[in-house]
Amino acid sequence: MSGWRRNEGRNASGGDIYGKKKQQGPGMNDMSGGNYVTEDGRKIGGVLMEMKNITLRFGGVTAIKDISFDIHEGEIRAIIGPNGAGKSSMLNVISGFYNPQEGEVFFRGSKRPPMKPYQVANQGIARTFQNIALFEGMSVLDNVMTGRLTQMKTNMLAQAIWKGKAEREEVENRELVEKVIDFLEIQAIRKTPVGRLPYGLKKRVELARALAAEPKLLLLDEPMAGMNVEEKEDMSRFILDVNDEFSTTIALIEHDMGVVMDLSDRVVVMDYGKKIGDGTPDEVRNNQDVVDAYLGVSHD
Amino acid sequence: MAQQSPASAELTTIPRLLARNAVRFGTKPAYREKEFGIWQSWSWAETADEIEALALGFLTLGVNPGDHIAIIGRNRPYLYWSMVAAQTVGAVPVPLYQDAVADEIAYVLDHCGARFVVVQDQEQVDKVLEIQDQLTTHLDHMVYLDPRGMRKYDHIHLTKLADLQDKGRAAKSELGAELAAREASHDYDDTCVMLYTSGTTGRPKGVVLSNRNIIETSKNSAEFDHLEPGDEVLAYLPMAWVGDFIFSIGQAYWTGFCVNCPESAETMQTDLREIGPTYYFAPPRVFEGQLTNVMIRMEDASRFKQWLFRVFMDHARKVGPALLDGKPVGTMDRLKYKLGEFMVYGPLKNTLGFSRVRVGYTAGEAIGPEIFDFYRSLAINLKQLYGQTEASVFITQQPDHEVRADTVGVPSPGVEIRIDDTGEVFYRSPGVFVEYFKNPDSTADTKDAEGWVATGDAGFIEEDTGHLRIIDRAKDVGKMADGSLFAPKYVENKLKFFPNILEVVVFGNGREMCTAFINIDLTAVGNWAERNNIAYSSYQELAGHPMVLETIQSHVEEVNVSVAADPMLAGCQVHRFLVLHKQLDADDGELTRTQKVRRRIIEEKYADLITALYDGSTTVSTETEVTYEDGRKGAIRATLELRDAKVVAPGERMAAE
Repeated sequence: MSGWRRNEGRNASGGDIYGKKKQQGPGMNDMSGGNYVTEDGRKIGGVLMEMKNITLRFGGVTAIKDISFDIHEGEIRAIIGPNGAGKSSMLNVISGFYNPQEGEVFFRGSKRPPMKPYQVANQGIARTFQNIALFEGMSVLDNVMTGRLTQMKTNMLAQAIWKGKAEREEVENRELVEKVIDFLEIQAIRKTPVGRLPYGLKKRVELARALAAEPKLLLLDEPMAGMNVEEKEDMSRFILDVNDEFSTTIALIEHDMGVVMDLSDRVVVMDYGKKIGDGTPDEVRNNQDVVDAYLGVSHD
Repeated sequence: MAQQSPASAELTTIPRLLARNAVRFGTKPAYREKEFGIWQSWSWAETADEIEALALGFLTLGVNPGDHIAIIGRNRPYLYWSMVAAQTVGAVPVPLYQDAVADEIAYVLDHCGARFVVVQDQEQVDKVLEIQDQLTTHLDHMVYLDPRGMRKYDHIHLTKLADLQDKGRAAKSELGAELAAREASHDYDDTCVMLYTSGTTGRPKGVVLSNRNIIETSKNSAEFDHLEPGDEVLAYLPMAWVGDFIFSIGQAYWTGFCVNCPESAETMQTDLREIGPTYYFAPPRVFEGQLTNVMIRMEDASRFKQWLFRVFMDHARKVGPALLDGKPVGTMDRLKYKLGEFMVYGPLKNTLGFSRVRVGYTAGEAIGPEIFDFYRSLAINLKQLYGQTEASVFITQQPDHEVRADTVGVPSPGVEIRIDDTGEVFYRSPGVFVEYFKNPDSTADTKDAEGWVATGDAGFIEEDTGHLRIIDRAKDVGKMADGSLFAPKYVENKLKFFPNILEVVVFGNGREMCTAFINIDLTAVGNWAERNNIAYSSYQELAGHPMVLETIQSHVEEVNVSVAADPMLAGCQVHRFLVLHKQLDADDGELTRTQKVRRRIIEEKYADLITALYDGSTTVSTETEVTYEDGRKGAIRATLELRDAKVVAPGERMAAE
């Protein structure tokens, strides 16, 4: 196993012969300027998505209260917080599943009007779900092919006849899907119905389907939930590799603090629908509000 | 036929065989690899181009004649080409096991002084980088195949294989002459490849094999099995193993058949089915695993299918091997076999990927006779061979129509066999290795001045058939008190073929009779107990159950009958045995990590039990220290029953058969 590059790979300390040095995220100060380069050589671009003063209510319940943060191009951004903090709601706002009552969402520089989830997907945002949402009776290959659906131009009739353009299109899409399958090392289960797979592999198939959409921004809702250590290590490696190879921007929700602190460039911390911290893993770790939220201080 | 080609006099290196194949077979496939779900293929002509580009690339890196180039990775066409490209520029390829730990890689790289390493992916790059400080020799350059994750590495001493080929192609006009000169300077007695033996004792040794070794062996063995250019092999065994080098390079280049590389280790079974190789090699455990899978799936099948399977498999066992060996079989039996082929055997072989297997080999360890017969009865021509790295694989092999589970066949073409007084097998052949690299002492120990090589195995040649039978490692073979041969492993293996028996240790060196410790197989015996409503609360209780002892006794007696059939080994019959109250375990030092019995340690630890076996007592109380997985120690007490097993007196031998 090449393993999780937690301690040796990109966060490796000291200058080894292939020139990777300890990576440090940007400080709070230089963040507003946008572009920065992590010391391991990854270029973090300008703001890809910005959430401005988002408030989301369900009847009398306020799930998200006036939250603002941004996601830069090429970075791994984590959203953490105790149960019920509003993390998944936040992700659902980003993916267009919920439309916030107040606030604005900017994507690639322009303000996003209220949208249906499929429209958001067409813009280049893909996601995985906390509770796996795959087609259990279909094979892994077919499941991953559904990730290409938004990219297919031919209509249903043409696909049914499957001549000329529709055929070419399917071949192109299949090629891309095979590359994703190769990348995530799931060749051996290509033809296996998803229902027969163990949990950890299903999670990987879900990631494959999201990747097949060639997203600009990839949303991962608790990618490691319920996994054993080995599966977590594999998944961590894949998340880093996706970010590295395809320069995909990633926003993820995760409960495993070890994973979050190792993987992400910057972290947003939420508690009771409010933002209580934002910064590099180190900054967040030393933030008193964050410590209180996790250790449980009475809220008055 | 390929062998009678007019050019055969000059076919003295692998690159020359390649050049011949590129002309003769041009567009026929030489390599296939499944990638992105599709079998990609390369013709012989394309292969020659790829290898030339790679060889030129090596020249741009400054590879000198005689340099060692280590190759680490799973079976992939590009890595095979790296080996041939290395030979083209006069360097020596040294394939390594891809799962070797960093320490082992460090030892080998250091020992051969490799200046260049070709690896498959980032994992291997990291491994080599990790150990490069430990090397006393300077590692010049590393070439990797799979670019994934490699973008951020400092590329001063690293190159992607495809880039190296591009560089080579670009430099063709200036380096072409140099390449041709290098190619021409290499000859029949120059080194072809260096392979490190895994070495159960001490450090691995680098076995130097010359072009003559490899090409002569490939030629002889290809003729022996009538291999043809249209044959297909699946290359899935480690590249560092001599067998893979002979099958996937030696014989493939000599004969011109196609080498197929699976997509990944996990997809091997699917790929096997898709390719349907005609020439196939697997160690016994692979065949065992496949048979177990078939049996488990049959148990889930419908009643009717189970019945069909049983009826036709019974018939296949009866007549299948005879049909394969060309012995006379009745018309009705033939018809029924034909029907079975249509109903059961054909679909089964297809599922296993064996539909087209013309020649199949197994070797490495003893294969259970019922496993062997299962495949033979399906008309799969599975044979056994006996070989060593030092012999370029082949020492003996079984000819078609003379296949049996208990021999390893007749001497391969060009091989001479001699058995010395202690029973150790010696051989001499054109395939005998040149030397152990930088180790003249070991070379002299293994190979004498006349070229005879000691195998370290004891065996004998059957008088009537001329087949060699291996009985044991020579160092384990001893003499009994009456001077007859003592071969513990021979008896142990026979006993271990019973599913109920997991492990056996036979004693008797220097004594008047043989005795045995037996470990039951908890899965098999537990299953049996469940079916027969026998309650037990622990391993110890089950192991001491009278009905279990009864069953084991019948197994021992059955083995005694078969051992007695060999006059040389009749003295090794087990007179008394006991079933151990605990499983022999590597944690307790009783087995090696590779699950081999450590006789000396067991003899010391259980001295009281051995004494009891020889003093005639019927029960013995004992206390044994055990180590738990977390390292704590405890003790188990037990009273064991010692049993006498019926033995066959030498005079009764014929009656027993």
